[in-house]
Amino acid sequence: MLGLYSACALIFLHAPLIVLIAFSFNSGRFTIWEGVSLRWYRAALADSQLAEGLINSLIIAAFATALSTVIGTLAAYGMWRKAAPVLSGGLYLSLVTPEIVTGVSLLALFQWAFRFLRLPLGMHTVVIAHVAFSIAYVTIVISARLRNYDRTLEEAAMDLGATEWRAFWRVTLPALAPAIGAAALLSLVVSFDDYVITSLVAGVDSETLPMVIYAMARRGVSPVVNAVSAFIVVIFGILILISDRLQQR
Amino acid sequence: MKLRSAFLLPARVWMALFFAAPLAIVCAYSFLTRGDYGGVERPGTLESFARLADPLYLGILWRSVWISILSTALCVTLGFPLALFIARAGRRKNLYLQLVLLPFWTSFLVRTYAWLFILRDTGLVNTVLQSLGVIGKPLPLLYNDWAVLIGLVYNFLPFFVLPAYATLERLDPSLLEAAADLGARPFATVWRVVIPIAAPGIAAGAVLVFIPCLGAYLTPDLLGGGKSVMLGNLIQNQFTTARDWPFGSAASMVLMLASALLLAALMRSRVARELM
Repeated sequence: MLGLYSACALIFLHAPLIVLIAFSFNSGRFTIWEGVSLRWYRAALADSQLAEGLINSLIIAAFATALSTVIGTLAAYGMWRKAAPVLSGGLYLSLVTPEIVTGVSLLALFQWAFRFLRLPLGMHTVVIAHVAFSIAYVTIVISARLRNYDRTLEEAAMDLGATEWRAFWRVTLPALAPAIGAAALLSLVVSFDDYVITSLVAGVDSETLPMVIYAMARRGVSPVVNAVSAFIVVIFGILILISDRLQQR
Repeated sequence: MKLRSAFLLPARVWMALFFAAPLAIVCAYSFLTRGDYGGVERPGTLESFARLADPLYLGILWRSVWISILSTALCVTLGFPLALFIARAGRRKNLYLQLVLLPFWTSFLVRTYAWLFILRDTGLVNTVLQSLGVIGKPLPLLYNDWAVLIGLVYNFLPFFVLPAYATLERLDPSLLEAAADLGARPFATVWRVVIPIAAPGIAAGAVLVFIPCLGAYLTPDLLGGGKSVMLGNLIQNQFTTARDWPFGSAASMVLMLASALLLAALMRSRVARELM
């Protein structure tokens, strides 16, 4: 009984994505199976809007990931040395703050700052926003790793004459490398996926891939969206599996 | 100790400038008057908060709470047996956990779109039912509260399963044996032994589902199609189309406060400390 019920729950979780991926290979335009074809993938590749969105998303995700991984790793290490309740409370709060609130509040900040700096919305505002919500994910992954990390290794290094910085750089950082990789992949995925916050703080020249997909999905039926979605599901799945493996190491 | 402060500095600066400061601005805006061209002006007023008590907006608030309660209840119903099953799956535990988490990490937008693909008039369900001759014309499955509910449950189910599993996993199997030895049927064992012990995990999971449901924007927008307006959609509308920033800010503050209070309640529980 329990097994059957659980199987149904797991099917509920997976069926929609599997069906979506299956129909992305459908040669017909409608939801009737007409045969296997890569037609919609070719159409997606030929779409200039999608291409531009993809490039923007990749640029933004690259910058956001690099920044949030460095900032988050340093913060996790700092909090591991000694608790920083205000910062860690703020990070948890940033995780549960509804995206729409984060989005409009950043929009309000950027509009307010615009009056003094004359800096319009664009890629940079999206990167700033993405870093702000990714730091929490990075610190959680790194902190989890540090919890099982032996403090005495650093102490030994310092007893042998290493400075605080050298002990971190040569002893702790290499031990954290897999976790840092895992955190970076996670941060890449959350940045690449975000729609709500991005759509509020993006400028006219910085439409990301999720924004293009969203507009297409709202407009109605286009199997091109299925193809792009299937592609994203598979890529994200691979990245998350790698991230997970790295966290186990 | 100097190294530690230097390491914490970038995160502190970034979170202060781009998380705390924006929230402070919105908080300030919520007490100001709407400007003639969409901005904000003095004098300070409580009018925006008072407007939230207007029947129209009270209705939206109420609907958000109600849909969130229903989604949470459905997640508990669907997720608790699943968590129990995984906790008792022995060596396959990790495999099943991965199966729960994997769809969760594949794009939130795509997961919501998948339901659009399934539920719309020319979608999978209607096409299949029509070709089987069960229905003549498409059922209106999309753009209503039910579609939003399905989308929310689908998106946030793992938030419940994880903490529920964490408490169930530590359940001492000998307790179940004792209950069985004393003549309890499986259902009675679950109801009178397992659920009371797992209650903290169930509560934590329920809160973790309720918070994002309450602040949902994307799911009601895509699957509710503007007909099923929740608090998140109201806020977005006030900041974009309606350009009433003080009112949008007041609604944001209410949502933020509710989320923060729920988080505080969660952090005080033992389960949360063990999970984090």
